[in-house]
Amino acid sequence: MAELIPIYFMGKEYNVPEGSTILSAIEHAGYQLIRGCGCRGGFCGACATIYRIPGDHQIKVGLACQTQIEENMTLAILPSYPANKAFYELESVENPVNALRQAYPEIFKCLGCSACTKICPQDISVMDYIAGAQRGDLEKVAEMSFDCIMCGLCASRCLAQMVPYNIAMMARRLYAKTTLIKPDYVLKRIEEVDQGKYSAEIDKLIGKDIEELRILYADRDIEGI
Amino acid sequence: MPYPTAFQDSLSKLEASREFRKEQIIKRLSEEERTLLIEAFHPDYRPEAMKDVSLGVNMGQKVPLEFASVVESYSRIEPEKINLDSPDFNVDILVIGGGGGGSAAALTAHSQGARVLLTTKLRLGDANTLMAEGGICAPVRPDDDPYKHFLDTLGGGHYTNVPEIVKALVLDCPKIANWLIDLGVMFDFEEDGTLKVNHCGGHSRKRLLSCKDLTGLEIMRVLRDEIRNLEIPYLEFSPAVEIILDSEGLCGGAVLYNMETEEYYVVKANAVILASGGIGRLHVQSFPTTNHYGATADGLVIGYRAGAELIHMDSIQYHPTGVVWPEQLLGQLITEVMRGHGTHLVNVDGERFINELECRDTCASALIRECEDRRKGVVTPTGMEGIWMDTPLVEGVEKHFVGIYQRFKKYDIDISKEPILVFPTQHYQNGGLKITPHGETTIPGLFAAGEVSGGVQGKNRLAGNSLLDIFVFGRRSALKAVQLMNQKRSELTLQHVIDYQKKLEALGIDKSKKSPVLLPDYIRDETKAKKN
Ligand SMILES: Cc1cc2nc3c(=O)[nH]c(=O)nc-3n(C[C@H](O)[C@H](O)[C@H](O)COP(=O)(O)OP(=O)(O)OC[C@H]3O[C@@H](n4cnc5c(N)ncnc54)[C@H](O)[C@@H]3O)c2cc1C
Ligand code: FES
Repeated sequence: MAELIPIYFMGKEYNVPEGSTILSAIEHAGYQLIRGCGCRGGFCGACATIYRIPGDHQIKVGLACQTQIEENMTLAILPSYPANKAFYELESVENPVNALRQAYPEIFKCLGCSACTKICPQDISVMDYIAGAQRGDLEKVAEMSFDCIMCGLCASRCLAQMVPYNIAMMARRLYAKTTLIKPDYVLKRIEEVDQGKYSAEIDKLIGKDIEELRILYADRDIEGI
Repeated sequence: MPYPTAFQDSLSKLEASREFRKEQIIKRLSEEERTLLIEAFHPDYRPEAMKDVSLGVNMGQKVPLEFASVVESYSRIEPEKINLDSPDFNVDILVIGGGGGGSAAALTAHSQGARVLLTTKLRLGDANTLMAEGGICAPVRPDDDPYKHFLDTLGGGHYTNVPEIVKALVLDCPKIANWLIDLGVMFDFEEDGTLKVNHCGGHSRKRLLSCKDLTGLEIMRVLRDEIRNLEIPYLEFSPAVEIILDSEGLCGGAVLYNMETEEYYVVKANAVILASGGIGRLHVQSFPTTNHYGATADGLVIGYRAGAELIHMDSIQYHPTGVVWPEQLLGQLITEVMRGHGTHLVNVDGERFINELECRDTCASALIRECEDRRKGVVTPTGMEGIWMDTPLVEGVEKHFVGIYQRFKKYDIDISKEPILVFPTQHYQNGGLKITPHGETTIPGLFAAGEVSGGVQGKNRLAGNSLLDIFVFGRRSALKAVQLMNQKRSELTLQHVIDYQKKLEALGIDKSKKSPVLLPDYIRDETKAKKN
């Protein structure tokens, strides 16, 4: 059994096993979370946590499900942070850069303080992708923001009161929609299926007994790595 | 301090054998060898972990003990006390579950002009869908086709899949790929402008489309954004706790529970689409799981209580490669694409023991055999066992698998230089509510899509087929459900719940047992003892 160390959850002291993640420490303390826990694997952003360590003036952040506890840390999980979001119709966008700028004119209010970048638990250079959005470089926004789990911490810190993660969300969709060209063969395959090209062949398989299927399966040609 | 000193001996053997292993060819198992291996070592074949269901449509059939326990439980509500006469919501279609299946169903139904309400247990998108790393199947490349995909899926499922449903799965596939591309999902492309495709276990072609190693996250956040753009109404933290029928046995809505205010809501709907996902958080046979916090089999329980039939509930998928060390990451998934990229599975002595491209159940069984039978697992300081996955074999692993690389980096393990210790983890529920190719369950008006449904994957699912499944059947069930929009429902009732509970009483089942459980219970016994 690991040694117990004190942490302060929303100001209250609990003694929890050293080496635990923040999430399992809170559960060890007796909480059954409703908010503040989603995937438990670092993907969903439900568990964005803000903490401080005594003697250190800096605010620290981490995902509760991924971050190990530190002795005497004081922490709170951000249950939700109000955010605005632009409504847009992807299909009717003609000029993606303008669409983004019109939807989120506040991108030009960025003060360059980089509080967003410093707080991002995914180590995304949020401020740099906002600069990319200002320049109209959607590819940069899309690539730089790709690991975003939309936890809301950047929005909680932005001096210009932006919601960077929603801006990045729109930018990624615009980028994918207008820059990545769908290969012809996708539509061609749909056409073939609609014309019934594979249906009869598959029905023949459905009609076979398991022994016949086994032989076909064992003999099928397998592409190499 | 990366790996404990206890591992060093084995790590040296692993490194020493690397060059040899690169040249080594391990043949795929024959059908017979595969069957023997699975029957001897797959957890589904442990009779002591199974039980016959004691009531309901599937009475007498074997299911895992943990699932039997939630099925053999009382309702969370007192059915007589719920006022069904003045519903809180009146809609055409109620979608239960805010993962990929539910989102696809809601978007499709909305596009057909239906009044839709989506309700989910956590936040919209907090779901297994968002955790998918590897990718989604799409045999769209010219040298691939639905026929090959069909045969791979059936063979992978040991011919237990319902073939008509698999046909729908493979034939709808190009449409789904197209739909996702049109929605602005950032799929990976090759420099020549073709879609990037990856290999993985059980498939005869490279056909897995990916969005780096965060495919599920990318798709889920796009779908969520679109639901918000279209202002489709949705409720969060409001799980469904019972299905409502009408006096003729048609589905007429559901009872929801607001977990925060502790109120119940009645939703009247002409069709209900259950897309509430899987079972991982019930921790069948105490396995760790890759699943999200809300995967507690709720949809299966309430669907079954309403009289819908289940199929293949004795079959669970254990992913061969869940993390064993560091323990903070216990049970978390190492994507199959990693095996597709040529990593080896290596025992304590630095030896391979299975062709890494075998299907999941085969690989998982081989890992269990290596540890439990041949005693060639790597033992951790806390007494767990695992097998090495030799990640340094993948050129540029830190670029292709950024997510995994960074997760280990936090624990001072550099997976481009050192391997990962893995063991099977509970991953996917193969069975579920039995459906037709249009997502219909055995109750008229009640549909099921995604992990909560059964029959598509048979008793073993291939990688990439689940993301496909949820979109195909989310969409199909919505298209069918909108046809019921103008049907009339007679008087709503929860009589089926009352009847079900009478049977439980007659069986002498403890009245304090309630389900669906909604959230897993990780409270320690010592703490519980102090609660009143
Ligand atoms: C870590 C991981 C990696 C994976 N990787 C891949 C992959 O690469 N490729 C692939 O094809 N598949 C993959 N899978 C499988 C695949 O992601 C899932 O099977 C699939 O996404 C399930 O989708 P779903 O919509 O059916 O369920 P989910 O996405 O789990 O959504 C179900 C939703 O319903 C909610 N819910 C639960 N109970 C209730 C209730 N009572 N009322 C209302 N809502 C409720 C849940 O909270 C959740 O939001 C992976 C799974 C995991 C866990
Ligand atoms: S619970 Fe999803 S990121 Fe932590």
